[in-house]
Amino acid sequence: MGFLGSLNQERIVFAIAVAIFVIAALTLPGFFTADNLVAIVRSVSVLGILALGMAVIVIGRGIDLSMVAVMAMSVAWYLQMLGNGMSDGAALGLALAGVVVIGFANGFLVAYAEVPAIFVTLASASFVYGLVRSQLIGSDAVPVPPGHWVAELGALRLADVPVEVFVFAGLALAAFVFLRFTKWGRYVYYAGDNPAAARNVGMPVRPMLVLRYVLSSLVAFAAGILTAGSLQSMNTRVVNSTQLYDIVLVTVIGGIGLAGGKGGVRNVLIGAALIGIMLNAMTILDIPLLYQNLIKSAILLAAIIFDGVLNPRDEQTAQQGDI
Amino acid sequence: MPSRERLQALRYNLIPDHLIGEILTKRWTDNAIPFLVLVAVIALFGTAIPGFFNPFSLQESTRQLGEFAIVVIGLTVVMLGGGIDLSVGSIFALATFASVGSFFILGLPVWVAFLAALATGALFGAINGYLVGFLRLRAFLTTLVTFIIGRAVFDILVVQFGAAIQMSFASSDAWDFIGDGTLAGLSVPVIAAGLLALVTHVTLTRARIGWHILAVGGSRRSAHNAGIKVRRTVFLTYVFSGLCSGAAGFLIACRLSGAGPGTGAGLEILALTAAVVGGNALGGGRGSVVKGLMGAVIVLVMTNGLIRLGYGTGTNQMVLGIMLAVAVTIDIRWLKNRHKVLNEVYVAPVYLKMGETQSAEPQSGTPFALNSRLAAAESIGLGALEGPEDVILDADDHLYCGTRHGEIVRFFAPDYTRSEVFAHVGGFPLGLAFDRDGNLISCVGAMGLYKIAPDRTVTRLSAETRRSLTSVQDDARLRDPNDLDIAPDGRIYFTDSTKRYDAHDWTLDSIENRGTGRLLVYDPRDGSTKTLLDGYRYTNGVCMAHDGKSLYFAESWACRIHRYWLEGPKAGTAECVIKDMPGYTDNINRASDGTYWMAWLGMRTPSFDLSLRHPAMRKRMTRRLPQDDWLFPNINTGGIVKFDDSGRILQTFGDLTGENHPMVTSMREHKGELFIGGILNNRIGRYRIEGADPEWTGMRAYWGTRA
Repeated sequence: MGFLGSLNQERIVFAIAVAIFVIAALTLPGFFTADNLVAIVRSVSVLGILALGMAVIVIGRGIDLSMVAVMAMSVAWYLQMLGNGMSDGAALGLALAGVVVIGFANGFLVAYAEVPAIFVTLASASFVYGLVRSQLIGSDAVPVPPGHWVAELGALRLADVPVEVFVFAGLALAAFVFLRFTKWGRYVYYAGDNPAAARNVGMPVRPMLVLRYVLSSLVAFAAGILTAGSLQSMNTRVVNSTQLYDIVLVTVIGGIGLAGGKGGVRNVLIGAALIGIMLNAMTILDIPLLYQNLIKSAILLAAIIFDGVLNPRDEQTAQQGDI
Repeated sequence: MPSRERLQALRYNLIPDHLIGEILTKRWTDNAIPFLVLVAVIALFGTAIPGFFNPFSLQESTRQLGEFAIVVIGLTVVMLGGGIDLSVGSIFALATFASVGSFFILGLPVWVAFLAALATGALFGAINGYLVGFLRLRAFLTTLVTFIIGRAVFDILVVQFGAAIQMSFASSDAWDFIGDGTLAGLSVPVIAAGLLALVTHVTLTRARIGWHILAVGGSRRSAHNAGIKVRRTVFLTYVFSGLCSGAAGFLIACRLSGAGPGTGAGLEILALTAAVVGGNALGGGRGSVVKGLMGAVIVLVMTNGLIRLGYGTGTNQMVLGIMLAVAVTIDIRWLKNRHKVLNEVYVAPVYLKMGETQSAEPQSGTPFALNSRLAAAESIGLGALEGPEDVILDADDHLYCGTRHGEIVRFFAPDYTRSEVFAHVGGFPLGLAFDRDGNLISCVGAMGLYKIAPDRTVTRLSAETRRSLTSVQDDARLRDPNDLDIAPDGRIYFTDSTKRYDAHDWTLDSIENRGTGRLLVYDPRDGSTKTLLDGYRYTNGVCMAHDGKSLYFAESWACRIHRYWLEGPKAGTAECVIKDMPGYTDNINRASDGTYWMAWLGMRTPSFDLSLRHPAMRKRMTRRLPQDDWLFPNINTGGIVKFDDSGRILQTFGDLTGENHPMVTSMREHKGELFIGGILNNRIGRYRIEGADPEWTGMRAYWGTRA
């Protein structure tokens, strides 16, 4: 075994991230500067926050394709209500209630109707986007009202570091403590590893599923607030972009198996580091966005193939209808 | 009769509850909901949109429908194979670009552009197929990623070559015809989609590869264990889907003569919604091309309708999201609960008041009074046999019986201690009879009427009759062939006990008590099978009268014997000879003194007779209690009855000790002895009959001295 035996996806990805970092630092002008390093961390912090929410879901053997839609549409609706002159408390309450309802509906259909998560969340993403875009907001982009706390949040710096970096760090710590040290966090792993066994042992598998989807929706809302703060508006076209796949990429590439029960916050951090360094290097190299998309998706495909080779499925044990 | 009982009788005997269960067993009921949605959607938008049915507008919208339907057919095939293909939108866009690029930039002929589109689709599909089929990656996520890659490549290509395409002056009549022309009022995409649907449907339902796809989708593991090349089959479904999307891409290339950033955008969720809304099951195995087409029409009419009605951006996505979620949820719930619903509603008991019967108690003084005479029978094959429903002896005195394992066992004369498996038929061989040439004919439960020649070759004579006109369930199939006898002219008369239950579910048939038993005749001269009589409560034993002009048959749950006339003034009609017996009637056979033996498989009980007057109670019983707690006919005591041509009871034999022959389903007289079989017994009884003709054999009685 030796060296090869100790290789796993997480270590490989970490090694690649370090290698790219070293190469970029040596060859790219302006890469290894304090400003650029902060920019790297900042660029992946919103992605990383979303990936943390996704990671908890994936570890519990699920997936949430509605995160970007919930993120963009809930915040756009919130800002629209503010723009229409509603009081902040009422608008925030309504937006949060909407987010919880969507998360609950996702979780309910997955847990109790036993519909595959991937379909539920694909459908709810389409529904959330369509409902908010056609009924609740007037245009694709909704600006943050001037002087609102969201705008101030976006401009907030602590020791020259933007606030979303601290939020990312805080959430990562919280997720780490939750997954590693709390009873409910451990249950997520058991339910992801073998839902039937977890249920037989007496864990509340179904209510926990619902709870996870509600949590991921709330995380998406938080990420949306941070995005709106830094851009001073919320552009709902992001729903049709590849951001969703970036989230999956950050989650999966660090070594969280899609079959569930594996991985942790460390994997998300490593995935986020790799993506952040890569995107930054590609931007410095002036690679067009279209090619960046191609490269990212090719890497995601490689990650999935790798995941499939490391955790193979076979005809005798594969679940029927497990697509 | 009290009015409560009269109401029950009317309610349960006139309202055909059983049809609900029979309709639900039909696969086409899956199509009912999508079809209703289809009709509703077309009605709704047809009335809301002015000029919806105007021929020109219809022609234009069907052009788009044709392209979309082709994509959906490809996706349907992938889904039937247990996968999913989200990359159809990208394949579609890339194929469009391939055709447009070949035609406008490279100036190649139309057919090359078409081949370029197909090749693009096939290549992309092969990549998907390799990843999902051979590397066994998760279909949903993998095709989602290949979708993004394809989209990224397409975006790059469009940016690079978009201007060159717009500036090109290439043109061709064939290109324009495919894009704009019509053939007999139908646009090319519609014709193409129709042809593809037909070919795909026939392939899926009739060809080997189609069956393999459905088998893999139905159960990947079983398909693998059955030797189907699962990975290759899955691979091929993706290649097919790629080809379909490629062809559709070519069609839209001709129609729009260009490719832009919007080409194929959102197609994946449209196509997926269409396939699922049409009723194709996620996870495979259940679905059809027709379902895909219905879904395609529903989704396209709906989305186009919403746009034409002027609803704003996003409405489509909202409606699609709802449709997808609802369709998937219904699909999953229905698949999971269908058999439960079926179990709940299938058993539909009827009301019946059984006639008063004479007692069969010992010393009751009636002709039916049971005794323990059969306890004296010697046992043959004790412990080595399971389920000799019927027994028969040949001209050399060898003894034959069927077993639960689907075999015909032969015991050798004279002492019947040695035995061999004479032939393996399968099913559960029940009634037996020898024909004039010494062939053994058997009614095989769950299979049909079979002939076993003296050289042991097994031939199927009949497994179906003509379907009755009013049947919902296919009653052409012989579900429970039970007993037979052969007329002097060689025609074989036999019974099929029930149309509603398989042979092993006879308890359910007795609880339901609906008359669906038949008497049939097989004619060896032309191989035809005809239904003579229908609507009896579990037709069972059959026996030719000694003169060969009529036959007797038993109606088990009604405890009756009927006589069916083959010739004479009453030819073709049946009359009841003995009614209201105390036992459930089974096989009938000839006796040496010109009378008949008849078996009772069990005895009536006051409790079950009473339950027959309470159909609602029996329905509740089958729904709520486990099978072990059900009330059904007593089969712990049976017996043998001897009757003559006038229906008079001459003698009764029983085994009240319950040791040798608690239940009797058959008996055969042979050289002064009676050989006794029972379907749940583990032996054949051999009982010496006092005063019987020691030379009489069944073979001689039927076929004379020659045999």
